[in-house]
Amino acid sequence: MEYFIQQLINGLTLGAIYGLIAIGYTMVYGIIRMINFAHGEIYMLGAFISLIAFLVATTLGGASVAFGLLIALVSTMILTALWGWAVERLAYRPLRNAPKLAPLISAIGMSIVLQNFSQLSQGARVKPLPPLFKGGIELMHGNGFSVNLSYLQMVIMALTVVLMAVFTWVITRTSLGRAQRATEQDMKMAALLGVNTDRIISATFIMGATLAAVAGLMVTLYYGVIDFYIGFLAGIKAFTAAVLGGIGSLPGAMLGGLLIGLIEAFWSGYFSIEYKDVAVFAILVLVLLFRPTGLLGRPEVEKI
Amino acid sequence: MLAVENLHSGYGRIQALHGIDLEVKQGEIVTLIGANGAGKTTLLMTICGAPRASKGRVLLDGQDITQMPMHKIAHLGLAHSPEGRRIFARMSVLENLQMGGVAGDPAHYAEDLAKVLALFPRLQERLNQRGGTLSGGEQQMLAIGRALMSRPRVLLLDEPSLGLAPLVVRHIFDLIRQINRDQGMTVFLVEQNAHHALKLAHRGYVLVNGRVTLAGTGAELLANPEIRAHYLEGGAHGETA
Ligand SMILES: Nc1ncnc2c1ncn2[C@@H]1O[C@H](COP(=O)(O)OP(=O)(O)OP(=O)(O)O)[C@@H](O)[C@H]1O
Ligand SMILES: [Mg+2]
Repeated sequence: MEYFIQQLINGLTLGAIYGLIAIGYTMVYGIIRMINFAHGEIYMLGAFISLIAFLVATTLGGASVAFGLLIALVSTMILTALWGWAVERLAYRPLRNAPKLAPLISAIGMSIVLQNFSQLSQGARVKPLPPLFKGGIELMHGNGFSVNLSYLQMVIMALTVVLMAVFTWVITRTSLGRAQRATEQDMKMAALLGVNTDRIISATFIMGATLAAVAGLMVTLYYGVIDFYIGFLAGIKAFTAAVLGGIGSLPGAMLGGLLIGLIEAFWSGYFSIEYKDVAVFAILVLVLLFRPTGLLGRPEVEKI
Repeated sequence: MLAVENLHSGYGRIQALHGIDLEVKQGEIVTLIGANGAGKTTLLMTICGAPRASKGRVLLDGQDITQMPMHKIAHLGLAHSPEGRRIFARMSVLENLQMGGVAGDPAHYAEDLAKVLALFPRLQERLNQRGGTLSGGEQQMLAIGRALMSRPRVLLLDEPSLGLAPLVVRHIFDLIRQINRDQGMTVFLVEQNAHHALKLAHRGYVLVNGRVTLAGTGAELLANPEIRAHYLEGGAHGETA
């Protein structure tokens, strides 16, 4: 029982991070029906930017750890958002009216470019960060096993909940969110009504990148090491989360992320850690066999 | 107010409009009638920028808007209730109307909303219902109401009577007349329901295969035997020009 709860906690932490990344995939897909394969790399950049910002702030700027983290958070959100915006401007917008395959290939190209860029500018070796959040609380104890909730896990979950709440509010309550939903449902009609749809698409990339940036910071803190390649697997898993939840659906992306995190944690905890990724993708295949639109997705109605 | 000069447009290699010239003056109701596939919807959409004209010009108050981005055209005071209504199905009635207000002045949003809801009390009762669950007639009201939300100077209506019961059609046409009379709004109305449209309109044009073949006042066109034969009841049923 104690072991189970511990895996639950670990899984939820991981799932929160996947969920944050998955939102970027699902939003972009919703609005331009395209899988942004470079999104995993945006998350990787977010991790690097937060690490660099933290080190600069604490070593050069002499900031305290807490203040350094705040600076890392804010700068990675802003700078990664800029990257997300630039990727759309440079690699996708010129292909807006091209056949569907063209932006997809452009996305794969962009993903390779960003990976190589980080590798060249930051080096290929892993970048370590000493653990900053030490300790935690012991939730329960029994059978010679104690259940721990670390402070870092608490921060990750709390920050995720806050971000999701703000994000949901923007989408459902603000005029920007309304314009995004309208653009998603019928882009031409939104433009007919005076919505600058290019700007809405930019805003969507910016929002997705901002959330991925926070995920990048969390991962840097959680694992303590990052390299230029982390975007690949995390990207694929977050994409899987988005598909599992129903691509295009925001609650779906959050749910899918949590499920992927939980599957991964439980599989590693009870079966074999080597096969955790296989388990994730096997479950994806199973779900899609029975619910092709994902858990919360709705069937795509072909528009004329 | 709205003028179209030698307009050519189409979809890829398919040419749908072959040089259209027409004009809608300030305060007028002008109707465009024509058979299925004549190019009526294409004309309205080309005026709004999608598809783009391949040749010719669209002028709004003398300003060339032919190559202007779609969203900017809306902000110049041109509103469109398009073919198929294109209601945002997963947004509430209120949100659909709010989207209609995007090109309007936020300062008189509340006033415009009240005006539209007074015009269509049915929408008032269903403000929080999803657009996609409205009946066809209600959706048509919503499409027109949404177009009115920006206080447009020119209103483009694409077959507002399509699929509606005769009583509802009468109601919609009365409303168009009322909006035109009370607010002085210029209306460009595309219709297959030629009888109603010509009775309502000050002037009309007839579109055949992407070309304007006839023009005149509503009464003139109503009396025209050719039109009677092709577009009005009592003429050859189902025959197309
Ligand atoms: N998206 C499109 N792609 C290719 N061809 C199109 C497209 N839309 C319309 N057309 C063609 O352009 C021509 C004009 O169509 P349009 O929709 O403008 O006719 P319409 O007068 O509005 O007809 P209706 O009364 O049936 O609505 C038709 O021959 C049609 O087949
Ligand atoms: Mg039509």
